[in-house]
Amino acid sequence: MSILIIQILNSLFYASVLFLIAAGLSLIFGVMRIVNMAHGTLYAIGAFVTAWLVGRAVAAGIPVGWTFLLIPVGAGVVALIGAVIEPLLLRPLYGRAEEYQLLVTFGLLLILEDGIRFFWGGLPLTADPLIDAVPSIHIGDLIYPGYYLVVIGIGIVAAIGLWLVIYRTRFGVLLRATSQDRRMASALGLNVGLVYVSAFAIGCFMAGLGGAIIVPSQAAVLGMGIDALILAFVVVVIGGLGSLQGALVGALIVSFVRTAAIQVLPEAELAVLYLIAAAVLLVRPTGLFGSA
Amino acid sequence: MKADIATISYRPKLLLALAAVLVLVVLALLPFYIGLYQVQLLTYGLIAAITALGFNLLLGYTGLLSFGHSAFFGIGAYSVAFLLRDAGIHSMELYILIGVPIAAIMSALFGYICVRHTRIFFGILTLALSQVLYSLALKLFWITGGTDGLRVPRPTLLAGTLTFTGGGAYQRFVQSYYYYVLAAFALCVVIMWVIVHSPFGKALQAIRDNETRARFLGLRIRRFRWISFLVSGTFTGLAGILWVPLNGLTTPEILYWPFSGDIVFTALLGGFRNFTGPIVGGLLFTYLKAYAVATTEYWQLLLGVVLVLLVLVLPTGIVGALSAMVNKLRPQEKTW
Repeated sequence: MSILIIQILNSLFYASVLFLIAAGLSLIFGVMRIVNMAHGTLYAIGAFVTAWLVGRAVAAGIPVGWTFLLIPVGAGVVALIGAVIEPLLLRPLYGRAEEYQLLVTFGLLLILEDGIRFFWGGLPLTADPLIDAVPSIHIGDLIYPGYYLVVIGIGIVAAIGLWLVIYRTRFGVLLRATSQDRRMASALGLNVGLVYVSAFAIGCFMAGLGGAIIVPSQAAVLGMGIDALILAFVVVVIGGLGSLQGALVGALIVSFVRTAAIQVLPEAELAVLYLIAAAVLLVRPTGLFGSA
Repeated sequence: MKADIATISYRPKLLLALAAVLVLVVLALLPFYIGLYQVQLLTYGLIAAITALGFNLLLGYTGLLSFGHSAFFGIGAYSVAFLLRDAGIHSMELYILIGVPIAAIMSALFGYICVRHTRIFFGILTLALSQVLYSLALKLFWITGGTDGLRVPRPTLLAGTLTFTGGGAYQRFVQSYYYYVLAAFALCVVIMWVIVHSPFGKALQAIRDNETRARFLGLRIRRFRWISFLVSGTFTGLAGILWVPLNGLTTPEILYWPFSGDIVFTALLGGFRNFTGPIVGGLLFTYLKAYAVATTEYWQLLLGVVLVLLVLVLPTGIVGALSAMVNKLRPQEKTW
């Protein structure tokens, strides 16, 4: 029984991280109609920046409790990178065929992957002090790291926060208006460029946050972003590109299926996910919650 | 499309054939003047050109961007490895004769599913399906060797008349294999040329340019896209078959999605809106990558910058830009 609870918690932990990545990807697609192939790498940058900062802070003798503040800092750095990328590389391409947009983000992926290698070398980077700082909890007679519960909490807060921003604020209205009809929004005097850059930065922030919260539990390694991107694709394909609820449901489905598959049939762990994605695309091309 | 009709007149066609024969002769003579490493690199380049040629039937002529062509390359490569290990086959001709139909069947299967969608959904669907194969190749290690991959030693060529064992075998293999691949490449170019200039090829381009109008003309769009997908995957599969004996090893890397990205890159580098673009792109990409890897640890960065610049500055690719330049220089007389 306690094993089952732990597996459910693990799935939720995993779903939180996956939701953050996928929601960012989905938001960017929803507003700008761009599938950002560099999204996974931005998530990896969030992980590397956070792990590096935590390492510095601990070495400088800052109490571990304070280093939790570095998690949003790591995500903020990624948001800044996003705010530079959008006007520089993506803006010239909005009028062009989507192949080009896909390719430019693929080029960006190659550049950023090597950027990580350049700044942090090929060695894994860890931020263990954070996971040790949160007391463990007991489930039955098993011990479970409390940090995982913190991550689940962050995932829930992020989901609610994003929903509030999109559906309950003025900025959210602007975002949805631009997403529905860019020209009309622009004609009504809306600063579309500003909306785009903010949407892209928020999407990057989500990805960076995903990386920042996962890094204390597992090291930041080269190539983590490339793996993550594909899983995020699976999530948004199942849930529907551009849909927030879709990203949430998709992340939950992927995490639970993956945890179950690892228990039952470890060899097919990833194949099952891709097959689910392909099946959803066949039956409902727009995903479970997509509309366009 | 007006210009296309003009070029179908008799004279340019003859000129084109002459130019192609000239290029072929130069390629055939090259090994006498360059080193062994260069010959090997050129062979890789020709294989990349076949890959891109197949890929471009989908992107350039049908207007479908596949982000999963690594699947067919991998199917070709792994078919050879399985034929060797499980059936004890050592003949290159048998690899091709058995491997190409396997690639064709798998392409037909994948295509049947994928052509139900277009645009970004098509891309993601091809990506997802190719990653099913990748994860299987990675995880079913008792069949595929996992990350270690499967070794494929030098096969015999021309029904066993050319074998490569003993001293100097490696040199002899590289030299002979170059001509083998060159012949396959020439054949592929001719076949692809015929396909894209046939009524079938014209129909594909019509569908690419205006789907609705093509449907009104009575074209069965999905069927055309499916066949295009099948041919495209088969060509890429053949490239995988040819690649594996040269590389000596097949690993899941060639099924992983960044390899599909390389294929897209190749087509864009040369220019996907014309016939020769992917061929030039395949050769150029091979050299670009080989030299980038040799000169810097950060070769991915270099390739990434090239890709971004291509998209921003030179979207029609190198061949596209060159032909635009030539057209500008040439006096506009033949608009009859």
